Amino acid sequence: ERGHGPYQPHEPGYGLDQPGYSPYEDEIPDPQTRMLAIKNAKAYLLKTSTKSGMNLYDHFANMLTKILDEQPTNTVDIIENISKDVKWAQFRKKMDTLRDEYLISPTFEAAEKCKALFVKEDGEEEQEELDEEMGEPPLPNVMETAFYFEQAGVGLNKDESYYIFLALKNLINIQPIQTCRFWGKILGLEMNYIIAEVQLREGEEEEEAGEEGEETVVEGEKEMGEAEEEDEQKEKAPEPPKSTYKPPPEIPKEANGTGTNKYVYFVCNEPGKPWVKLPPVTPAQIVCARKIKKFFTGRLDAPVVSFPPFPGNEANYLRAQIARISAGTQVSPTGFYQFANEDEEEEEADTYEENPEFEPPPVAEMVESLGSWAHHVKGILKQGRCVWVNPSQKSEENEEEEEEEEEEEEENQEERGPPLLTLISEDEGMKNIPAWTAQASTDLIPEYSVAILQSNRWPGAYAFASGRKFENIYFGWGHKYSPESHTPALPPPAQAEYPSGREITETVDPTVEEEMAFKAAQEEALAEAEEGEDDEGEDD
Amino acid sequence: CLVGSLNCLDWSLLTPATKEMLALAEKVTGRFQGDPSFEYSLSEINAEAAARLVESGKEPVMKEEARLIATIEQIDREVGIIPRGAFVKTPLGSVHENRHFEGLSLREAKKLSSYFHFTEPVNLKNKTLLEKADLDPSTDFLDSLEHDIPRGSWSIQLEKGGTVVVLRSLLWLGLTFYHVPTTKQFGYVYFGTGEKNLDLPFML
Repeated sequence: ERGHGPYQPHEPGYGLDQPGYSPYEDEIPDPQTRMLAIKNAKAYLLKTSTKSGMNLYDHFANMLTKILDEQPTNTVDIIENISKDVKWAQFRKKMDTLRDEYLISPTFEAAEKCKALFVKEDGEEEQEELDEEMGEPPLPNVMETAFYFEQAGVGLNKDESYYIFLALKNLINIQPIQTCRFWGKILGLEMNYIIAEVQLREGEEEEEAGEEGEETVVEGEKEMGEAEEEDEQKEKAPEPPKSTYKPPPEIPKEANGTGTNKYVYFVCNEPGKPWVKLPPVTPAQIVCARKIKKFFTGRLDAPVVSFPPFPGNEANYLRAQIARISAGTQVSPTGFYQFANEDEEEEEADTYEENPEFEPPPVAEMVESLGSWAHHVKGILKQGRCVWVNPSQKSEENEEEEEEEEEEEEENQEERGPPLLTLISEDEGMKNIPAWTAQASTDLIPEYSVAILQSNRWPGAYAFASGRKFENIYFGWGHKYSPESHTPALPPPAQAEYPSGREITETVDPTVEEEMAFKAAQEEALAEAEEGEDDEGEDD
Repeated sequence: CLVGSLNCLDWSLLTPATKEMLALAEKVTGRFQGDPSFEYSLSEINAEAAARLVESGKEPVMKEEARLIATIEQIDREVGIIPRGAFVKTPLGSVHENRHFEGLSLREAKKLSSYFHFTEPVNLKNKTLLEKADLDPSTDFLDSLEHDIPRGSWSIQLEKGGTVVVLRSLLWLGLTFYHVPTTKQFGYVYFGTGEKNLDLPFML
């Protein structure tokens, strides 16, 4: 028989008239043999090679896929190479060693942090028992406060309030806290601050005092070392005149738990981020904070570049502003708090307690008269403290210095500030702007309206009162309002280098006539003296 | 056009500000009283303007309503901003909103240069030719915030996990602009005392 193939000649008609090769002969009955033949052929193709583990069927399938995908030119000429390439591809790993990094979107990260707030800790059961012993729960009801402030059009959105709520709960679990309050939010350039006002349980604050004591001791030792070196130098060579400048004595800060440091403040940038404790505030920081006006950046370690130079970084500046705002704007309905000890002088009283017999005045009265509100935080004196201290009493070094200082210090008069529970109607306004603006939250439903108080001296400070409930809050940039523009402090005048006295002041040189007259007068005096002696000599 | 109200129930049309009103309003300082008919006596503030007004037969006062309108106009002009691409300029010169604006991408939203002042551009002509070559005249026909003086007079923050970008002006404290990236939502709103923060250079 003639075979078929590329090198075999074709018959005219391509031999399709031979039996078995005509195209119409596919439709010969008995398809079953044909099917069987196909199955056998496929089975043969699927036979796995013992050497390589591949089978022809798959290889053909891969090759055809590759060809159809790539559609190269002159495929028939390179078919063997294609076959080889497909076989090689079996040994290459499907994956590239370079993998795309799965980019975590920042939204996801933020959500993770917030998720941490929602996780309930296991240790809570024990803590719940403890809380029952303690008495009042320290956690403030932030959502309730937010509801009342919402009536005034003040506050954060519900989500953020709730996050803050949970963040405060975390704070209470971590730190030994007796009372806690959401103080407010201060905006910054890059990030904002959320601030919690806290009173720690007694006994927990003494650790810090120990640390600070150690620091001062170390510094004292260093000073001693330097003094010894100076003495040695003195013996060696004459020293240039020492400057007589004595910096004004440092006013000591108030002890933790009193005055400006009555509360401890914790801040975080966002709920979910860890809470950071702010250091206690010193009077020097408050005095300086009064003179400067700077935006907060949002980073606690940022330096505060200003004149006069602020003694501290942003954490200290923030703490000082918080102290000033608290002293100026924390109010409560008059009579809610009363002095613990009625015998004490009002000015020295530092503690107050709730008045059990307090009857809340109606909302209309709270709005009408500012006398129905009172400050419950002591005002800060010019010195930077709530309680005046005489700085000259603290120096124990040279007795000579003390004597000199006493003469100067007599001029320092004792400063007295307004006593603790002063009515806010006594707050001074600026120009013709009153210090406070009071409003009712709604005129339409007076029985459920809330009395709202806005501070004009510290824009952003609000207070509400409704029956026995009241609360203060601050949302703002953290600066005082001043009708005039801020004028920075001028540098101090240059120090006089030497004391001016009679010996070194210049006088006009005497003229020639004056000199001659003086000379003549002197000669006359000499002549008279000689005559006198001559006379005396003659008498003998 | 602007409408104003004291109680959100009764609204009245506010007439646009005249140049004199704008000039006078800049001199008046202090808080707003809350009463539209309150009169600021100009003789304390600016004797010349008062004298001029007296000559022209009017009283040397400025009504609070006029001050309010002038302040609103000033705020819009100085710190009213839009994201880049929200408005387009046709070759004929008219400006209208871009229907195909899809919002800024997250990366662009954090940059100050993607936001423009929505008023007549002032700095655009001063740009070098090199910079102008990169601009697209249909969308970049306004001043961007990058060149605002003093530098850093805008605070840009991401809120809600990065889904909203919030810009706060430090020149007019209380002006807040928001934009949700990759969406068409943006806008600005002013809640404040209506006073310009002239201490800004000391505070940065």
